[in-house]
Amino acid sequence: MKLVIGIVRPEQANEVLEALYRAEVRGFSISRVQGHGGELDRVETYRGTTVKMGLSEKVRFEVAVSDDFVETTVEALAEGARTGEVGDGKIFVLPLERAVRIRTGDTDHGAVTPQDK
Amino acid sequence: MSALAGLPAAAAGIDTGDTAWMLVATALVLMMTPALGLFYAGLVRSKNTLNTFMMCVAAIAVATVTWAAVGYSLAFDGDGSIVGGLGNAFLGGVDFAPRAGTAIPELVFFAFQATFCIITVALVSGAVVERMRFGPFLVFAALWSVLVYAVLAHWAFGGGWLQAGGTLDFAGGVPVEMGSGFSALAAALVVGARKDYGRQALLPHNAMYVLLGAGLLWFGWFGFNGGSGFSTGDPSVLAFTNTLLCPACTLVVWFALDLIRGRKVTAIGAATAIVVGCVAITPAGGYVSPGWAMLLGALAALPSYAIIVWRTRTRVDETLDVLAAHGTAGLFGIVFIGFFAQLAWNGTSDGLLYGNAAQLWDQLLAAIAAPAYAFGATYLLLRLIGAFTPLRASGREEAQGMDVVQHGEEAYVTGEGAILVFPDGEPDQPVADPA
Repeated sequence: MKLVIGIVRPEQANEVLEALYRAEVRGFSISRVQGHGGELDRVETYRGTTVKMGLSEKVRFEVAVSDDFVETTVEALAEGARTGEVGDGKIFVLPLERAVRIRTGDTDHGAVTPQDK
Repeated sequence: MSALAGLPAAAAGIDTGDTAWMLVATALVLMMTPALGLFYAGLVRSKNTLNTFMMCVAAIAVATVTWAAVGYSLAFDGDGSIVGGLGNAFLGGVDFAPRAGTAIPELVFFAFQATFCIITVALVSGAVVERMRFGPFLVFAALWSVLVYAVLAHWAFGGGWLQAGGTLDFAGGVPVEMGSGFSALAAALVVGARKDYGRQALLPHNAMYVLLGAGLLWFGWFGFNGGSGFSTGDPSVLAFTNTLLCPACTLVVWFALDLIRGRKVTAIGAATAIVVGCVAITPAGGYVSPGWAMLLGALAALPSYAIIVWRTRTRVDETLDVLAAHGTAGLFGIVFIGFFAQLAWNGTSDGLLYGNAAQLWDQLLAAIAAPAYAFGATYLLLRLIGAFTPLRASGREEAQGMDVVQHGEEAYVTGEGAILVFPDGEPDQPVADPA
Protein backbone atom coordinates (compact mmCIF):
# COMPACT_ATOMS: atom_id res chain seq x y z
CA MET A 1 0.00 0.00 0.00
CA LYS A 2 1.21 3.45 -0.86
CA LEU A 3 0.06 6.99 -0.37
CA VAL A 4 0.51 8.93 -3.58
CA ILE A 5 0.64 12.71 -3.16
CA GLY A 6 0.40 14.91 -6.22
CA ILE A 7 0.81 18.68 -5.97
CA VAL A 8 -0.49 20.26 -9.16
CA ARG A 9 -1.57 23.56 -10.72
CA PRO A 10 -5.14 24.54 -9.73
CA GLU A 11 -6.01 25.05 -13.39
CA GLN A 12 -4.95 21.46 -14.14
CA ALA A 13 -6.99 19.97 -11.31
CA ASN A 14 -9.89 19.10 -13.61
CA GLU A 15 -7.55 17.39 -16.09
CA VAL A 16 -6.10 15.34 -13.25
CA LEU A 17 -9.57 14.36 -12.06
CA GLU A 18 -10.39 13.19 -15.59
CA ALA A 19 -7.14 11.23 -15.86
CA LEU A 20 -7.74 9.53 -12.50
CA TYR A 21 -11.26 8.67 -13.55
CA ARG A 22 -10.05 7.14 -16.82
CA ALA A 23 -7.42 5.15 -14.90
CA GLU A 24 -10.22 3.87 -12.66
CA VAL A 25 -8.68 5.37 -9.55
CA ARG A 26 -11.82 6.17 -7.61
CA GLY A 27 -10.79 7.17 -4.08
CA PHE A 28 -8.84 10.33 -3.28
CA SER A 29 -9.05 13.64 -1.49
CA ILE A 30 -7.91 17.06 -2.62
CA SER A 31 -7.05 20.24 -0.80
CA ARG A 32 -5.93 23.70 -1.74
CA VAL A 33 -2.40 24.45 -0.63
CA GLN A 34 0.18 27.16 -1.14
CA GLY A 35 3.77 26.33 -1.85
CA HIS A 36 7.01 27.11 -3.54
CA GLY A 37 8.85 24.73 -5.81
CA GLY A 38 11.51 26.76 -7.56
CA GLU A 39 9.23 28.43 -10.12
CA LEU A 40 9.70 32.08 -11.01
CA ASP A 41 8.03 34.52 -8.64
CA ARG A 42 5.08 36.54 -9.84
CA VAL A 43 5.44 40.27 -9.34
CA GLU A 44 2.27 42.12 -8.33
CA THR A 45 1.68 45.76 -7.49
CA TYR A 46 -0.93 47.15 -5.11
CA ARG A 47 -1.14 50.96 -5.01
CA GLY A 48 2.58 51.38 -5.45
CA THR A 49 3.55 48.49 -3.19
CA THR A 50 5.37 45.98 -5.38
CA VAL A 51 5.68 42.45 -4.06
CA LYS A 52 7.08 39.16 -5.22
CA MET A 53 4.56 36.43 -4.59
CA GLY A 54 6.76 33.66 -3.21
CA LEU A 55 3.94 31.16 -2.78
CA SER A 56 1.78 29.76 -5.55
CA GLU A 57 -1.67 28.28 -5.25
CA LYS A 58 -1.60 24.52 -5.77
CA VAL A 59 -4.02 21.65 -5.45
CA ARG A 60 -2.84 18.62 -3.48
CA PHE A 61 -4.20 15.19 -4.37
CA GLU A 62 -3.85 12.39 -1.86
CA VAL A 63 -4.53 8.90 -3.18
CA ALA A 64 -4.13 5.75 -1.07
CA VAL A 65 -3.71 2.75 -3.36
CA SER A 66 -2.70 -0.91 -3.30
CA ASP A 67 0.73 -1.66 -4.74
CA ASP A 68 -0.69 -2.76 -8.12
CA PHE A 69 -2.20 0.66 -8.61
CA VAL A 70 0.80 2.84 -7.80
CA GLU A 71 2.14 3.15 -11.35
CA THR A 72 -1.30 3.80 -12.85
CA THR A 73 -1.97 6.51 -10.31
CA VAL A 74 1.37 8.22 -10.76
CA GLU A 75 0.95 8.16 -14.52
CA ALA A 76 -2.55 9.59 -14.32
CA LEU A 77 -1.42 12.41 -12.02
CA ALA A 78 1.53 13.25 -14.26
CA GLU A 79 -0.46 13.09 -17.46
CA GLY A 80 -3.23 15.30 -16.14
CA ALA A 81 -0.96 17.85 -14.51
CA ARG A 82 1.74 18.29 -17.14
CA THR A 83 1.85 21.49 -19.20
CA GLY A 84 5.60 21.38 -19.83
CA GLU A 85 6.31 24.67 -18.11
CA VAL A 86 8.00 25.36 -14.78
CA GLY A 87 5.49 25.01 -11.96
CA ASP A 88 3.70 21.84 -12.99
CA GLY A 89 4.22 20.36 -9.50
CA LYS A 90 5.52 17.18 -7.87
CA ILE A 91 4.42 13.65 -7.12
CA PHE A 92 5.51 11.86 -3.95
CA VAL A 93 4.96 8.17 -3.17
CA LEU A 94 5.05 7.19 0.51
CA PRO A 95 4.72 3.80 2.19
CA LEU A 96 1.40 3.41 3.96
CA GLU A 97 1.24 1.45 7.20
CA ARG A 98 -2.44 0.91 7.74
CA ALA A 99 -5.78 1.83 6.24
CA VAL A 100 -9.27 1.36 7.65
CA ARG A 101 -12.62 1.79 5.91
CA ILE A 102 -14.65 3.34 8.68
CA ARG A 103 -18.06 2.06 7.63
CA THR A 104 -17.18 -1.66 7.42
CA GLY A 105 -13.99 -1.94 9.43
CA ASP A 106 -12.20 -3.36 6.35
CA THR A 107 -8.48 -2.88 6.67
CA ASP A 108 -5.53 -2.35 4.37
CA HIS A 109 -6.03 -3.77 0.85
CA GLY A 110 -9.76 -4.07 1.38
CA ALA A 111 -9.96 -0.51 2.62
CA VAL A 112 -8.23 1.10 -0.35
CA THR A 113 -9.97 -0.99 -3.03
CA PRO A 114 -13.28 0.42 -4.22
CA GLN A 115 -16.17 -1.91 -3.54
CA ASP A 116 -18.31 -2.88 -6.48
CA LYS A 117 -21.92 -1.75 -6.73
CA MET B 1 -34.64 85.77 -11.12
CA SER B 2 -33.63 84.03 -7.92
CA ALA B 3 -35.44 85.11 -4.83
CA LEU B 4 -32.19 84.86 -2.85
CA ALA B 5 -29.81 87.70 -3.53
CA GLY B 6 -26.41 86.66 -4.78
CA LEU B 7 -27.48 83.32 -6.21
CA PRO B 8 -27.16 83.11 -9.98
CA ALA B 9 -30.44 82.56 -11.75
CA ALA B 10 -30.94 79.61 -14.07
CA ALA B 11 -30.84 80.43 -17.76
CA ALA B 12 -34.11 81.31 -19.46
CA GLY B 13 -36.23 78.29 -20.29
CA ILE B 14 -34.75 76.13 -17.55
CA ASP B 15 -37.01 74.35 -15.08
CA THR B 16 -35.17 73.99 -11.81
CA GLY B 17 -37.28 71.04 -10.67
CA ASP B 18 -36.56 69.13 -13.88
CA THR B 19 -32.89 70.00 -13.64
CA ALA B 20 -32.65 68.88 -10.03
CA TRP B 21 -34.15 65.50 -10.87
CA MET B 22 -31.93 65.06 -13.94
CA LEU B 23 -28.80 65.77 -11.90
CA VAL B 24 -29.79 62.98 -9.53
CA ALA B 25 -30.87 60.66 -12.34
CA THR B 26 -27.51 61.10 -14.06
CA ALA B 27 -25.66 60.05 -10.93
CA LEU B 28 -28.01 57.07 -10.53
CA VAL B 29 -27.28 55.86 -14.05
CA LEU B 30 -23.52 56.29 -13.62
CA MET B 31 -23.74 54.03 -10.57
CA MET B 32 -25.23 51.29 -12.74
CA THR B 33 -21.86 50.64 -14.39
CA PRO B 34 -19.98 49.65 -11.22
CA ALA B 35 -23.17 47.78 -10.25
CA LEU B 36 -22.90 45.89 -13.52
CA GLY B 37 -19.24 45.29 -12.64
CA LEU B 38 -20.35 43.56 -9.43
CA PHE B 39 -23.01 41.58 -11.27
CA TYR B 40 -20.55 40.41 -13.92
CA ALA B 41 -17.63 39.83 -11.52
CA GLY B 42 -19.77 37.53 -9.39
CA LEU B 43 -20.68 35.47 -12.44
CA VAL B 44 -17.09 34.68 -13.47
CA ARG B 45 -14.45 32.48 -11.85
CA SER B 46 -12.47 34.06 -9.00
CA LYS B 47 -9.26 34.34 -11.04
CA ASN B 48 -11.04 36.76 -13.43
CA THR B 49 -12.83 38.94 -10.86
CA LEU B 50 -10.77 42.09 -11.24
CA ASN B 51 -10.47 41.91 -15.01
CA THR B 52 -14.23 41.57 -15.37
CA PHE B 53 -14.91 44.54 -13.11
CA MET B 54 -12.14 46.53 -14.81
CA MET B 55 -13.87 46.22 -18.17
CA CYS B 56 -16.74 48.20 -16.65
CA VAL B 57 -14.31 50.74 -15.18
CA ALA B 58 -12.67 50.94 -18.61
CA ALA B 59 -16.04 51.74 -20.15
CA ILE B 60 -16.37 54.73 -17.80
CA ALA B 61 -12.88 55.89 -18.71
CA VAL B 62 -12.97 55.41 -22.46
CA ALA B 63 -16.60 56.05 -23.36
CA THR B 64 -16.74 59.31 -21.39
CA VAL B 65 -13.83 60.67 -23.40
CA THR B 66 -15.12 59.50 -26.80
CA TRP B 67 -18.60 60.76 -25.92
CA ALA B 68 -17.26 64.23 -25.10
CA ALA B 69 -15.07 64.21 -28.21
CA VAL B 70 -17.47 63.12 -30.95
CA GLY B 71 -20.01 60.58 -29.71
CA TYR B 72 -22.47 63.06 -28.26
CA SER B 73 -22.32 65.23 -31.32
CA LEU B 74 -22.84 62.36 -33.75
CA ALA B 75 -25.82 61.22 -31.70
CA PHE B 76 -27.51 64.51 -30.86
CA ASP B 77 -26.39 67.29 -33.21
CA GLY B 78 -28.98 67.90 -35.89
CA ASP B 79 -31.45 65.49 -37.39
CA GLY B 80 -29.53 63.74 -40.15
CA SER B 81 -31.08 60.47 -41.09
CA ILE B 82 -28.14 58.17 -40.25
CA VAL B 83 -25.81 60.24 -38.04
CA GLY B 84 -25.79 63.70 -36.51
CA GLY B 85 -23.28 66.43 -37.24
CA LEU B 86 -20.06 67.56 -35.60
CA GLY B 87 -21.43 70.85 -34.25
CA ASN B 88 -21.14 69.66 -30.65
CA ALA B 89 -17.83 67.88 -31.10
CA PHE B 90 -15.49 68.45 -28.15
CA LEU B 91 -18.46 69.85 -26.24
CA GLY B 92 -18.80 72.82 -28.60
CA GLY B 93 -21.96 74.71 -27.74
CA VAL B 94 -22.83 72.43 -24.84
CA ASP B 95 -23.61 74.87 -22.05
CA PHE B 96 -26.30 76.16 -19.67
CA ALA B 97 -28.87 76.88 -22.36
CA PRO B 98 -31.73 74.41 -22.46
CA ARG B 99 -31.47 71.37 -24.71
CA ALA B 100 -34.10 71.63 -27.45
CA GLY B 101 -37.33 69.94 -26.40
CA THR B 102 -36.45 70.00 -22.70
CA ALA B 103 -36.19 72.48 -19.86
CA ILE B 104 -32.81 71.29 -18.62
CA PRO B 105 -29.35 72.66 -19.46
CA GLU B 106 -27.67 70.88 -22.35
CA LEU B 107 -24.71 70.17 -20.04
CA VAL B 108 -26.94 67.98 -17.89
CA PHE B 109 -28.50 66.37 -20.98
CA PHE B 110 -24.99 65.59 -22.25
CA ALA B 111 -23.91 64.02 -18.96
CA PHE B 112 -27.11 61.98 -18.66
CA GLN B 113 -26.67 60.59 -22.18
CA ALA B 114 -22.98 59.93 -21.52
CA THR B 115 -23.88 57.54 -18.71
CA PHE B 116 -26.02 55.57 -21.19
CA CYS B 117 -23.13 55.24 -23.62
CA ILE B 118 -20.85 54.12 -20.77
CA ILE B 119 -23.07 51.34 -19.48
CA THR B 120 -23.81 50.07 -22.97
CA VAL B 121 -20.09 49.64 -23.68
CA ALA B 122 -19.74 47.88 -20.33
CA LEU B 123 -22.65 45.56 -21.15
CA VAL B 124 -20.95 44.25 -24.28
CA SER B 125 -17.93 43.14 -22.23
CA GLY B 126 -20.10 40.38 -20.76
CA ALA B 127 -19.69 38.43 -24.00
CA VAL B 128 -15.90 38.31 -23.92
CA VAL B 129 -14.89 38.15 -20.25
CA GLU B 130 -12.33 35.60 -19.02
CA ARG B 131 -10.33 35.59 -22.28
CA MET B 132 -10.22 38.93 -24.12
CA ARG B 133 -7.03 40.94 -23.66
CA PHE B 134 -7.48 44.26 -21.88
CA GLY B 135 -5.63 46.43 -24.43
CA PRO B 136 -7.70 45.40 -27.45
CA PHE B 137 -10.82 45.79 -25.31
CA LEU B 138 -9.92 49.44 -24.66
CA VAL B 139 -9.54 50.02 -28.41
CA PHE B 140 -12.80 48.21 -29.06
CA ALA B 141 -14.61 50.25 -26.38
CA ALA B 142 -13.42 53.53 -27.88
CA LEU B 143 -14.41 52.69 -31.46
CA TRP B 144 -17.62 50.86 -30.59
CA SER B 145 -18.93 53.76 -28.46
CA VAL B 146 -18.74 56.01 -31.52
CA LEU B 147 -19.38 53.71 -34.48
CA VAL B 148 -22.17 51.63 -32.97
CA TYR B 149 -23.61 53.28 -29.86
CA ALA B 150 -23.66 56.89 -31.07
CA VAL B 151 -25.21 55.85 -34.41
CA LEU B 152 -27.98 53.80 -32.79
CA ALA B 153 -28.59 56.55 -30.23
CA HIS B 154 -29.02 58.99 -33.11
CA TRP B 155 -31.50 56.69 -34.83
CA ALA B 156 -33.65 56.30 -31.74
CA PHE B 157 -33.14 59.51 -29.71
CA GLY B 158 -31.36 62.11 -31.78
CA GLY B 159 -33.84 62.63 -34.61
CA GLY B 160 -32.50 59.87 -36.86
CA TRP B 161 -34.60 57.82 -39.25
CA LEU B 162 -36.22 55.54 -36.68
CA GLN B 163 -37.36 58.37 -34.42
CA ALA B 164 -38.38 60.50 -37.39
CA GLY B 165 -40.34 57.55 -38.76
CA GLY B 166 -42.32 57.24 -35.55
CA THR B 167 -40.55 54.44 -33.65
CA LEU B 168 -41.10 54.82 -29.91
CA ASP B 169 -38.15 54.04 -27.65
CA PHE B 170 -38.43 55.65 -24.25
CA ALA B 171 -35.09 54.90 -22.60
CA GLY B 172 -32.94 52.90 -24.97
CA GLY B 173 -34.37 49.63 -26.25
CA VAL B 174 -32.64 50.36 -29.55
CA PRO B 175 -29.17 51.70 -28.66
CA VAL B 176 -28.68 50.28 -25.17
CA GLU B 177 -30.47 46.95 -25.02
CA MET B 178 -30.61 45.64 -28.58
CA GLY B 179 -27.37 47.51 -29.33
CA SER B 180 -25.47 45.72 -26.57
CA GLY B 181 -27.21 42.35 -26.87
CA PHE B 182 -26.66 41.75 -30.56
CA SER B 183 -23.18 43.26 -30.46
CA ALA B 184 -22.40 40.81 -27.65
CA LEU B 185 -23.40 37.91 -29.90
CA ALA B 186 -21.08 39.17 -32.64
CA ALA B 187 -18.25 39.72 -30.15
CA ALA B 188 -18.62 36.20 -28.75
CA LEU B 189 -18.44 34.75 -32.26
CA VAL B 190 -15.36 36.75 -33.28
CA VAL B 191 -13.40 36.34 -30.02
CA GLY B 192 -14.37 32.67 -29.68
CA ALA B 193 -15.25 30.47 -26.74
CA ARG B 194 -13.17 30.12 -23.58
CA LYS B 195 -10.87 27.13 -23.86
CA ASP B 196 -12.67 25.17 -21.15
CA TYR B 197 -16.15 26.10 -22.37
CA GLY B 198 -18.33 23.03 -22.87
CA ARG B 199 -15.69 20.76 -21.25
CA GLN B 200 -15.72 21.93 -17.66
CA ALA B 201 -18.32 23.50 -15.43
CA LEU B 202 -17.46 27.21 -15.35
CA LEU B 203 -19.40 28.42 -12.34
CA PRO B 204 -20.16 31.84 -10.84
CA HIS B 205 -17.70 32.38 -8.00
CA ASN B 206 -19.76 34.71 -5.83
CA ALA B 207 -23.56 34.69 -5.99
CA MET B 208 -23.73 37.52 -3.46
CA TYR B 209 -21.95 39.90 -5.84
CA VAL B 210 -24.47 38.91 -8.48
CA LEU B 211 -27.45 39.68 -6.24
CA LEU B 212 -25.94 42.90 -4.90
CA GLY B 213 -25.08 44.01 -8.44
CA ALA B 214 -28.59 43.27 -9.67
CA GLY B 215 -30.10 45.16 -6.74
CA LEU B 216 -27.96 48.23 -7.40
CA LEU B 217 -28.75 48.01 -11.12
CA TRP B 218 -32.47 48.09 -10.35
CA PHE B 219 -31.96 51.08 -8.05
CA GLY B 220 -30.00 52.91 -10.74
CA TRP B 221 -32.59 51.98 -13.37
CA PHE B 222 -35.08 54.36 -11.70
CA GLY B 223 -32.79 57.14 -12.90
CA PHE B 224 -32.29 55.46 -16.27
CA ASN B 225 -36.00 55.14 -17.07
CA GLY B 226 -37.32 57.86 -14.79
CA GLY B 227 -34.84 60.33 -16.25
CA SER B 228 -35.58 59.52 -19.86
CA GLY B 229 -38.50 61.93 -19.92
CA PHE B 230 -35.93 64.67 -19.12
CA SER B 231 -38.42 66.19 -16.71
CA THR B 232 -40.54 65.54 -13.68
CA GLY B 233 -43.60 65.33 -15.90
CA ASP B 234 -46.06 62.51 -16.54
CA PRO B 235 -43.89 60.35 -18.84
CA SER B 236 -41.09 60.28 -16.27
CA VAL B 237 -43.47 59.49 -13.44
CA LEU B 238 -45.06 56.68 -15.47
CA ALA B 239 -41.68 55.23 -16.45
CA PHE B 240 -40.46 55.46 -12.86
CA THR B 241 -43.34 53.46 -11.44
CA ASN B 242 -43.32 51.00 -14.33
CA THR B 243 -39.66 50.33 -13.42
CA LEU B 244 -40.93 49.02 -10.11
CA LEU B 245 -43.88 47.02 -11.47
CA CYS B 246 -42.41 45.35 -14.53
CA PRO B 247 -39.29 43.69 -13.03
CA ALA B 248 -41.33 42.47 -10.03
CA CYS B 249 -43.59 40.57 -12.43
CA THR B 250 -40.57 39.18 -14.27
CA LEU B 251 -39.26 37.92 -10.93
CA VAL B 252 -42.52 36.15 -10.11
CA VAL B 253 -42.67 34.42 -13.50
CA TRP B 254 -38.96 33.53 -13.31
CA PHE B 255 -39.57 31.92 -9.92
CA ALA B 256 -42.32 29.83 -11.51
CA LEU B 257 -40.13 28.82 -14.45
CA ASP B 258 -37.31 27.85 -12.08
CA LEU B 259 -39.75 25.79 -10.01
CA ILE B 260 -41.09 23.98 -13.05
CA ARG B 261 -37.66 23.30 -14.48
CA GLY B 262 -35.58 22.47 -11.39
CA ARG B 263 -38.03 22.39 -8.46
CA LYS B 264 -36.04 25.17 -6.78
CA VAL B 265 -36.07 28.95 -7.05
CA THR B 266 -32.47 30.03 -7.71
CA ALA B 267 -30.75 33.20 -6.52
CA ILE B 268 -28.75 33.82 -9.67
CA GLY B 269 -31.93 33.23 -11.64
CA ALA B 270 -33.62 35.93 -9.57
CA ALA B 271 -30.76 38.37 -10.18
CA THR B 272 -31.07 37.67 -13.90
CA ALA B 273 -34.83 38.20 -13.78
CA ILE B 274 -34.39 41.65 -12.22
CA VAL B 275 -32.18 42.67 -15.13
CA VAL B 276 -34.52 41.15 -17.72
CA GLY B 277 -37.51 42.98 -16.24
CA CYS B 278 -35.68 46.30 -16.11
CA VAL B 279 -34.55 45.84 -19.71
CA ALA B 280 -38.04 45.01 -20.95
CA ILE B 281 -39.56 48.16 -19.46
CA THR B 282 -36.70 50.36 -20.71
CA PRO B 283 -38.14 51.07 -24.18
CA ALA B 284 -41.76 50.94 -23.01
CA GLY B 285 -41.57 52.75 -19.65
CA GLY B 286 -43.23 56.03 -20.61
CA TYR B 287 -45.61 54.57 -23.23
CA VAL B 288 -47.63 51.79 -21.61
CA SER B 289 -50.01 51.79 -18.67
CA PRO B 290 -48.91 50.34 -15.32
CA GLY B 291 -51.17 47.34 -15.92
CA TRP B 292 -49.65 46.57 -19.30
CA ALA B 293 -46.18 47.12 -17.82
CA MET B 294 -46.91 44.28 -15.41
CA LEU B 295 -47.98 42.04 -18.28
CA LEU B 296 -44.83 43.03 -20.15
CA GLY B 297 -42.69 41.99 -17.20
CA ALA B 298 -44.42 38.64 -16.92
CA LEU B 299 -44.20 37.83 -20.64
CA ALA B 300 -40.64 39.11 -21.12
CA ALA B 301 -39.38 36.40 -18.78
CA LEU B 302 -40.29 33.66 -21.25
CA PRO B 303 -38.06 34.33 -24.29
CA SER B 304 -35.07 35.36 -22.17
CA TYR B 305 -35.38 32.27 -19.99
CA ALA B 306 -35.64 30.05 -23.06
CA ILE B 307 -32.58 31.57 -24.70
CA ILE B 308 -30.48 31.23 -21.54
CA VAL B 309 -31.37 27.55 -21.31
CA TRP B 310 -30.78 26.98 -25.03
CA ARG B 311 -27.59 29.05 -25.40
CA THR B 312 -25.57 27.04 -22.88
CA ARG B 313 -26.12 23.94 -24.99
CA THR B 314 -24.52 25.55 -28.02
CA ARG B 315 -20.87 26.23 -28.83
CA VAL B 316 -21.54 29.98 -28.64
CA ASP B 317 -19.81 31.19 -25.49
CA GLU B 318 -21.71 34.46 -25.11
CA THR B 319 -20.48 34.21 -21.58
CA LEU B 320 -22.77 36.32 -19.43
CA ASP B 321 -25.88 36.08 -21.64
CA VAL B 322 -26.05 39.69 -22.74
CA LEU B 323 -28.10 38.58 -25.75
CA ALA B 324 -30.69 36.82 -23.61
CA ALA B 325 -30.95 39.45 -20.89
CA HIS B 326 -30.56 42.62 -22.95
CA GLY B 327 -30.95 41.90 -26.66
CA THR B 328 -33.96 39.64 -26.31
CA ALA B 329 -35.80 41.50 -23.55
CA GLY B 330 -35.08 44.84 -25.26
CA LEU B 331 -36.49 43.56 -28.53
CA PHE B 332 -39.50 42.19 -26.68
CA GLY B 333 -40.13 45.56 -25.05
CA ILE B 334 -39.79 47.46 -28.32
CA VAL B 335 -42.33 45.20 -30.05
CA PHE B 336 -44.64 45.22 -27.01
CA ILE B 337 -45.04 48.99 -27.45
CA GLY B 338 -46.45 48.35 -30.92
CA PHE B 339 -49.37 46.48 -29.38
CA PHE B 340 -49.97 48.11 -26.01
CA ALA B 341 -48.98 51.79 -26.31
CA GLN B 342 -51.87 53.94 -25.14
CA LEU B 343 -52.43 57.57 -26.06
CA ALA B 344 -54.42 58.10 -22.88
CA TRP B 345 -51.29 57.31 -20.84
CA ASN B 346 -48.45 58.59 -23.03
CA GLY B 347 -49.99 61.48 -24.95
CA THR B 348 -48.05 60.40 -28.02
CA SER B 349 -49.43 57.36 -29.78
CA ASP B 350 -51.65 54.30 -29.60
CA GLY B 351 -50.58 50.74 -30.38
CA LEU B 352 -52.35 48.05 -32.40
CA LEU B 353 -54.63 47.14 -29.50
CA TYR B 354 -55.98 50.71 -29.51
CA GLY B 355 -56.45 50.82 -33.26
CA ASN B 356 -53.11 52.06 -34.56
CA ALA B 357 -51.48 49.24 -36.53
CA ALA B 358 -48.90 51.64 -38.00
CA GLN B 359 -47.19 51.85 -34.61
CA LEU B 360 -46.53 48.12 -34.63
CA TRP B 361 -44.85 48.44 -38.02
CA ASP B 362 -42.62 51.26 -36.74
CA GLN B 363 -41.63 49.11 -33.78
CA LEU B 364 -40.91 46.04 -35.93
CA LEU B 365 -38.69 48.15 -38.15
CA ALA B 366 -36.55 49.06 -35.12
CA ALA B 367 -36.55 45.42 -33.99
CA ILE B 368 -35.01 44.42 -37.31
CA ALA B 369 -32.72 47.38 -38.05
CA ALA B 370 -31.05 47.79 -34.64
CA PRO B 371 -30.00 44.14 -34.21
CA ALA B 372 -28.79 43.96 -37.81
CA TYR B 373 -26.66 47.08 -37.53
CA ALA B 374 -25.30 46.23 -34.06
CA PHE B 375 -24.37 42.69 -35.06
CA GLY B 376 -22.87 43.59 -38.42
CA ALA B 377 -20.91 46.64 -37.31
CA THR B 378 -19.52 44.93 -34.21
CA TYR B 379 -18.52 41.86 -36.20
CA LEU B 380 -16.58 43.95 -38.71
CA LEU B 381 -15.04 46.20 -36.05
CA LEU B 382 -13.65 43.29 -34.03
CA ARG B 383 -12.38 41.56 -37.17
CA LEU B 384 -10.58 44.78 -38.03
CA ILE B 385 -8.98 45.16 -34.58
CA GLY B 386 -8.15 41.46 -34.64
CA ALA B 387 -6.20 41.96 -37.86
CA PHE B 388 -3.77 44.21 -36.00
CA THR B 389 -3.47 42.53 -32.62
CA PRO B 390 -4.63 39.25 -31.03
CA LEU B 391 -7.97 39.77 -29.32
CA ARG B 392 -7.55 37.02 -26.78
CA ALA B 393 -5.00 35.79 -24.28
CA SER B 394 -3.12 32.53 -24.81
CA GLY B 395 -4.49 29.30 -23.42
CA ARG B 396 -1.79 29.30 -20.74
CA GLU B 397 -2.73 32.85 -19.66
CA GLU B 398 -6.42 31.99 -19.70
CA ALA B 399 -5.66 29.10 -17.33
CA GLN B 400 -3.75 31.38 -14.97
CA GLY B 401 -6.55 33.89 -14.93
CA MET B 402 -6.82 37.35 -16.41
CA ASP B 403 -6.33 39.14 -13.07
CA VAL B 404 -2.69 38.16 -12.66
CA VAL B 405 -1.92 38.14 -16.39
CA GLN B 406 -3.56 41.43 -17.40
CA HIS B 407 -3.41 43.47 -14.21
CA GLY B 408 -0.72 41.94 -11.98
CA GLU B 409 -3.17 41.77 -9.08
CA GLU B 410 -5.49 39.26 -7.50
CA ALA B 411 -8.94 39.88 -6.06
CA TYR B 412 -8.50 37.56 -3.10
CA VAL B 413 -4.84 37.93 -2.25
CA THR B 414 -3.80 36.62 1.17
CA GLY B 415 -0.38 38.21 1.37
CA GLU B 416 1.18 35.00 2.66
CA GLY B 417 4.57 34.52 1.08
CA ALA B 418 4.58 38.00 -0.46
CA ILE B 419 8.01 39.64 -0.32
CA LEU B 420 8.32 43.42 -0.50
CA VAL B 421 10.33 44.67 -3.46
CA PHE B 422 12.09 47.94 -2.67
CA PRO B 423 12.24 50.16 -5.72
CA ASP B 424 15.55 51.86 -4.91
CA GLY B 425 17.78 48.86 -4.36
CA GLU B 426 17.19 48.36 -0.66
CA PRO B 427 17.42 44.79 0.58
CA ASP B 428 14.84 42.69 -1.17
CA GLN B 429 14.73 40.35 1.78
CA PRO B 430 11.96 40.66 4.35
CA VAL B 431 12.84 42.46 7.58
CA ALA B 432 14.74 40.11 9.88
CA ASP B 433 12.70 38.18 12.37
CA PRO B 434 13.11 40.04 15.72
CA ALA B 435 13.50 36.78 17.64
